[in-house]
Amino acid sequence: MSSHRLPIRSSELIDRSTSLSFTWNGRAYVGHEGDTIASALAAAGVEVFSRGMKYHRRRGILTANHWDPNLSVQVGDEPNVRAGSRRLVDGMQVSAQNVWPSLRWDLGTANRLVGRFLSVGFYYKTFMRPQFLWHNLYQRILRKFAPGGRVNWKTGTHGEYDKRYAHPDVLVAGGGPAGVAAALSAAEAGASVMLVEQEPELGGHLRWGGPDDLAVLADLRQAVYSTPAIEVLCDSIVTGRYDHNWVAVLQRSHEVAPERLIKARVGSLIVAPGLVERPYVFAGNDIPGVMLAGAVRRLINLWAVKPGSRAVVLSANSEGDAAVLDLESAGVEVVAVLDARAGEDVVEARGRGRVSSVQTGDGRILRADLLVTATGWTAPTSLLNMAGDRPVYDKVAARYFPQALPDNVLATGGIAGDGSTTELTAHGRETGLLAAQRALRLRHDRRAQTPRSPAPESDRPAAIADSRIPLRRSPHPECYRSTTHGLVDYSEDVSSKDLIQAAGEGFDSIELMKRYTTVTMGPGQGKLETVNAAAVLAEAMAVEMADIGTTVWRPPFSPVSLGALAGRIFEPVRRSALQDWHEANGATNLLAGQWVRPDHYGDPMAEASNVRENVGLIDVTPLGKLDLRGPDVANLLDLVYVNRWQKLEVGRVRYGAMVAEDGVVSDDGVTGRLAEDHYLMTTTSSGAGAVWEMLEDWLQTYRPDWEVHVTPVTGGLTSINVAGPRSRELLERLVDNVDLSADAFPYFSVRTGIVAGVADCIIWRIGFTGELSYEVHVPSGHALHVWESLLSNGSDLGVAPFGIEAQRILRLEKGHYIVGQDTDGLSKAPTAGLDGLVRLDKADTIGLPELRAAFERTDLPVLVGLQPDDPTIVPDEACQIVEAGSNQILGRVTSSRMSPTLERSICLAQVDPSLAAAGTSVTVQLVDGRRITATVQEHHAHVDPEGARQRV
Amino acid sequence: MIVVPCPNCGPRNSSDLRNAGEVAPRPDPETASLTEWRSYLYLRENPAGWVTETWYCRSGCRRYFTIERNTATNEIRESENS
Repeated sequence: MSSHRLPIRSSELIDRSTSLSFTWNGRAYVGHEGDTIASALAAAGVEVFSRGMKYHRRRGILTANHWDPNLSVQVGDEPNVRAGSRRLVDGMQVSAQNVWPSLRWDLGTANRLVGRFLSVGFYYKTFMRPQFLWHNLYQRILRKFAPGGRVNWKTGTHGEYDKRYAHPDVLVAGGGPAGVAAALSAAEAGASVMLVEQEPELGGHLRWGGPDDLAVLADLRQAVYSTPAIEVLCDSIVTGRYDHNWVAVLQRSHEVAPERLIKARVGSLIVAPGLVERPYVFAGNDIPGVMLAGAVRRLINLWAVKPGSRAVVLSANSEGDAAVLDLESAGVEVVAVLDARAGEDVVEARGRGRVSSVQTGDGRILRADLLVTATGWTAPTSLLNMAGDRPVYDKVAARYFPQALPDNVLATGGIAGDGSTTELTAHGRETGLLAAQRALRLRHDRRAQTPRSPAPESDRPAAIADSRIPLRRSPHPECYRSTTHGLVDYSEDVSSKDLIQAAGEGFDSIELMKRYTTVTMGPGQGKLETVNAAAVLAEAMAVEMADIGTTVWRPPFSPVSLGALAGRIFEPVRRSALQDWHEANGATNLLAGQWVRPDHYGDPMAEASNVRENVGLIDVTPLGKLDLRGPDVANLLDLVYVNRWQKLEVGRVRYGAMVAEDGVVSDDGVTGRLAEDHYLMTTTSSGAGAVWEMLEDWLQTYRPDWEVHVTPVTGGLTSINVAGPRSRELLERLVDNVDLSADAFPYFSVRTGIVAGVADCIIWRIGFTGELSYEVHVPSGHALHVWESLLSNGSDLGVAPFGIEAQRILRLEKGHYIVGQDTDGLSKAPTAGLDGLVRLDKADTIGLPELRAAFERTDLPVLVGLQPDDPTIVPDEACQIVEAGSNQILGRVTSSRMSPTLERSICLAQVDPSLAAAGTSVTVQLVDGRRITATVQEHHAHVDPEGARQRV
Repeated sequence: MIVVPCPNCGPRNSSDLRNAGEVAPRPDPETASLTEWRSYLYLRENPAGWVTETWYCRSGCRRYFTIERNTATNEIRESENS
């Protein structure tokens, strides 16, 4: 293992006093703090990092940064790590991907021998037929050759991913000289600034420049870090820009989270990503030892790595010229410099596992182990595309430039044009000022538009014109492809020959060609490949580059892990005031919407029986509760319920069902009249929010003249249902000032009184369980006291808590349907068993025309009680009811349980009207395919259909 | 995620609100034919351009209000009947 580490360079990032141990394919290596995985391996003489996707040719360093297509590696449990940008950490276990059995001896190279069969479109053409083989054979075999790393499904090594919301006035995407200058002047103008840089440190290309560049960089950094209004996020990347400047930032290194997704609402977005250096297309352009000028400059200047010993340089620009100087200063022998501006060219690189010779355009063959190309730039215009821009190609400068940007998106730096460091920072400063001014005007407007916030303390900042002097566009030769064919897309193994073939087959628009050949569809998403692909297509079609267009760049700009997207979920969990008690007393919880509540306390069947025999308590706090006050409440109830409400007396409660404007049952519950202008409405637990919003909609939008005030009190009142034949006896021990006798407090009445010393408890007598029962709504602060008093005063009566499961059994025995479980989108109120409730002779009611029409319908499903003929079989809910001799579906079981009271299975079912008559025998298909018979009942209620038990 | 200007709470992320859809006048249920009623239930203009729509400020002041929004550009302007 020879060391390729150079003597100390003034610009180097590595801390030579540190020593980080890591492994590469099982062998031990050492690097320094500041190294990337790739630089540490390159310093140790490693030349091959991966294999090509299709042909499995050896691959080495190409760009030595985040976009390097050859440097995807596995680090421990983490696949697809980009070794060109990931900083080395002590103890890392790094290995190659997509190789078997090893990087050195890879069986996949056999694909090369059959290369002509793997040409473009091979998969489409070959694996089309016969279709059944796709699942059984093709897919299984092809998967073994899929690229990418290994996902460890049991990984537990990462921390919690996170999310953050931010509202900077100005967000600068890119921390090169122009971006840093823009951030500084925006901050000076009074804007809050977020400066996002993909690399671990600011500076862009200045970092690998000469002493002058380094001096400017030091000044800029010092200025940025002493400006509190600038938040600097390094090792972070802007992945997308959406409507109204909603910007996604992926923060990779964070103290706590492995990755954090920042969602920023930005006043002005400054796009300053610089330029991406483009590879050159020629034969052998993927052999290790072929590198871009930027790669060798970074290796030499940032990490003090000698990239080779004998170099040929093809240069079309100043970056290539600078690379020659860097190579010489690093002791690399520069065999030849080919000037592309003067028509010189490279035709082919040759070598096995490393470049050994280079053939030039004039026929020379030069012995070299390094071929450096500097053939031009790609403007990474993703964020501009996302802002609606369609960048245009400039033939003279040989790259794309922004065309028309919205006012809140500005471009600066290399993406906007060329210039010296001084010119770039000057343009950046002017851009920052303009961006700040626009953002501050927007901030002022938003403040002024917000009546609830204090008025802006100053006048609206004046608009300033965009008087920036545009950066120039330096002439650059159009260097895309040599006279030979080579790779265009390194990630997908797509060559220029493939593209020309695709164009010949008719895929001659760039968007079609992309999808057919998968060019630009690999991990790099076109950063290196898009422009070369367009150039090859232009060549194949014999048209100008400008006429080809490019594919549209869409978010994300850089891969985002699923963990970062999932992040932390901001979803509240709701708990009743009694939930701690439930959990301390053996409750098994279930999640119902946002609520966590007891499913049972161990034995739901026994809990249900205890309600039938003695008395039980259930916490039904999630039941939606709306406090309604005002003279027009009865009008509102008449409107939103299908039944009548004008004559409800004070002290009475009534059941009501709601439908939507299409006549479909949407919610139900009871509402009681507590005083002349004061009602309490209850809704289903899941419908509480929607009913409230619906009431507000009617009161605000359609009936603004009605005087009704709606207050949600779902959590404010803890609801305890006391159910069972001994419930009255229990309550009488604890209730003051309310006469609970059957005559004084009849069924469907409401009283307000003192329970266990707690005033303002609302008690109503209803019967979801079918037993004598009282629902007590207690101010939540005192709920635990009332609950415990009920238990301690009723031990001789057999009082015990029961959970949701027992309540479901009891209500099914009683035949009470649950909206959304026993009803569905076809359950119009008149056919869902509510025909006796619906009143059509009202001034208005929601869905009135549909209710009228539904009375005429005879084809809609009917809800019926159903009992399997074999009482031991409980069909699963949602089992189909079918025609006996066929698979014709005639209904379904909507609820089913074993009834402890009847000791048999009971159901509710929706059936075709032809099966709805009592006594009809139906066929139910069970989950395991067996068919059983069941009989339609006369009533929904299986227990006490007359309601005698609840009226005592 | 667009910004929607609530008349009370000011410009907010649209996730703070609920889009209640294009404004569709409710016919008189006493006189409307079923066809007219179902047009009100199910048929909307859905233009690629300016639309008047209702929003509900569900995480803030709980007010229903209308705005005009260009569905092609997400440009938003005040509605006359907000």
